[in-house]
Amino acid sequence: MSGLLQIRDPQKPLPPAPAIGVDLGTTHSLVAVVTQGKPSCLVVDEDNSQVLPSVVHYSANGSVVVGKYAKQLAFQFPEDTLASVKRFMGKSRSEFEAKRLASYRLAPGEGPLAFQVSGGPAVTPLEVSAEILRALKQRAHAALSSKITQAVISVPAYFDNAQRQATQDAGRLAGLEVLRLINEPTAAALAYGLQSKKQGCFAVFDLGGGTFDISILKLTEGIFEVKATAGDSALGGDDFDLSIACALLEKWNIENPTPLQRQALLSAARQLKEQLSQETSVDICFEEHSATVVRDDLKQWIEPFFKRINFACKRALKDAGLAEGEIQEVVLVGGSTRMPEVQHWVEKIFGKPGLWEVDPEKVVALGAAIQAHLLCGTHDAEVLLLDVIPLSLGLETMGGMTEKLLPRNSTIPARATQTFTTFKDGQSGMEIHVVQGERESAKDCRSLAKFHLKGIPPMAAGLARVEVRFAVDANGLLSVEAQELGTGIQQEVAIQPSHGLSEETIERMIKASIVHAQEDIFSRLLIEQQIEARRVLAELHKQMKAHADLLSAEEATSLWEASKQLEALLETTQEAAKLRQAVLALDNQAKGFVERIMNHSIQSVLQGHSMTEF
Amino acid sequence: MAEMATEKTVHITDSAFGRLQKLLAERQTPSAGLKISVRGGGCSGLSYGMEWADAPEGDDLVFERSGVRIFVDPKSYLYLAGSELVYVETLTAAGFRLNNPNAKANCGCGKSFSC
Repeated sequence: MSGLLQIRDPQKPLPPAPAIGVDLGTTHSLVAVVTQGKPSCLVVDEDNSQVLPSVVHYSANGSVVVGKYAKQLAFQFPEDTLASVKRFMGKSRSEFEAKRLASYRLAPGEGPLAFQVSGGPAVTPLEVSAEILRALKQRAHAALSSKITQAVISVPAYFDNAQRQATQDAGRLAGLEVLRLINEPTAAALAYGLQSKKQGCFAVFDLGGGTFDISILKLTEGIFEVKATAGDSALGGDDFDLSIACALLEKWNIENPTPLQRQALLSAARQLKEQLSQETSVDICFEEHSATVVRDDLKQWIEPFFKRINFACKRALKDAGLAEGEIQEVVLVGGSTRMPEVQHWVEKIFGKPGLWEVDPEKVVALGAAIQAHLLCGTHDAEVLLLDVIPLSLGLETMGGMTEKLLPRNSTIPARATQTFTTFKDGQSGMEIHVVQGERESAKDCRSLAKFHLKGIPPMAAGLARVEVRFAVDANGLLSVEAQELGTGIQQEVAIQPSHGLSEETIERMIKASIVHAQEDIFSRLLIEQQIEARRVLAELHKQMKAHADLLSAEEATSLWEASKQLEALLETTQEAAKLRQAVLALDNQAKGFVERIMNHSIQSVLQGHSMTEF
Repeated sequence: MAEMATEKTVHITDSAFGRLQKLLAERQTPSAGLKISVRGGGCSGLSYGMEWADAPEGDDLVFERSGVRIFVDPKSYLYLAGSELVYVETLTAAGFRLNNPNAKANCGCGKSFSC
């Protein structure tokens, strides 16, 4: 039996605060920590669950609910309950796909992508993620009884710069120092690399709720390197649910489903999918409709996804320069790999069944915890972790073409330098447009930042030399510098992350959250005292009326005056302490009166009875 | 009107009183007290913390039973008023529990609740 509180002794030193590993998933999130050399997941939700649904509910009174309770509220408040928000991390408005079954209200106007919810202003995906991280942090705190400040957070290998930046900012907003962002497959590899100590080439097949990643890894002498990554940041169990729900809508001829119907149907689809992993045939009922679904139906509905998965796997193998046969094992990650059909796909692609020695749902969090543990310093075994950038990074050149400075799958940290020159005589400025992607035309790539290098001295075209330096740090985050070599003029480069929140905004949001925490406490204290004062006043007035005979005229006047004073104070004061004192004073003044009422009541009860009856 | 006169407190039950007295004696700090606080955190939103303190701090409220003292800061008191502290010993575990009338939901880990 846990459930009991222990007394902490401040004279004894605290155990060092552990750094947590967080799997911030599309459908659910986990937190793990290494204790006594072994990683384990922590209880973070009701029913001793180690899995926290990545669902955030914003209620009308301004409070925020995260996890299983929030998920339950999704039925009742589909528009105020945000799920799978990871899909929108670091995305701009134009990239928002108006999915047929997404029931969220997009906040109107310009600015970053945000959702309208009740109980407050619109929230960005970053802020929603921060709520999930905050919940994980607080619950890890409670589970470990030690303060949590540092974390390693996993991201899909395919996350671009803006998405990584948004994830890191969400961590900061939640009050976490993000030690490192780790690619999800890399985390899984770390969990396997340390625990099974295998050598050779491996594939990590990660099919979660919202993302698919395939990574090719090479393990040698305890050092492992991610050779290639590929995938699809919009493919996962959610899409299977959507496909199933759409197929059912079609089957039953339901047109224009309400938000409530959509949520209920999506949930039914998920349940159906999970049941079909255990059974071969499942009966489903929805409103007045019903159907019997067999595994072959499911296979048919999700078949279109196989092509995309197969394509990504083939591309990763090609990038790594390997054939299917050279992959020794395939590590399965993500809840969707529990589906028999998906396991069948893996066998079809790689010619061998996948492994799940470590729970596929926990392996990423466990790996992130190991990474966090290693970064904290107190470790014995040195593990060198090499990671790669998922997409090429480059610049737009004249004519809108892309010049790649860092090709896809370069190992990070990485640096690259290239010299550019002016195009026109006397040109004094140069626009530097940083893009990410594989396309040749810059407009087809993702725009990361644009800035202007000014103050180039006038000279003939082609003489100025502008050096552009790209640096990708260990988190996969990019910084860019440009310098005119003749004069040494250097441009301070402020890369505006595309999710639309500047550093200052984030600082402001962090500060605001602290300021409001205090305000909230004060307003709560005051409101509670006001309620108490009103209750006391109402009770006093009632009793004064009911028991006027027990009061002398003098007493009645002074009590009346005192209560008038309290009423006046109630209207004017903002100080809970003052109000409390006034209530206590009135209470004290009324003591004699109260005692007489008590005696009177007892006497009236006793009247007409003899003592022996009691 | 009787209700008005009763000041809510944090009550130290017999079991907790005995245990606290013993622990204080073992720690050779009979004058110290037990600081109980409520913080954000835990799976139900709020969680309890307990630690030894040499003296009350700031506006701490003090609840005493025959020399054994409990300190509660005013913010935490909002959530703790009317609670009773009990000490529980079972075959597998021993520790304290707060029976808190303010708590609407308690969680499995026992360290956390919501109001």
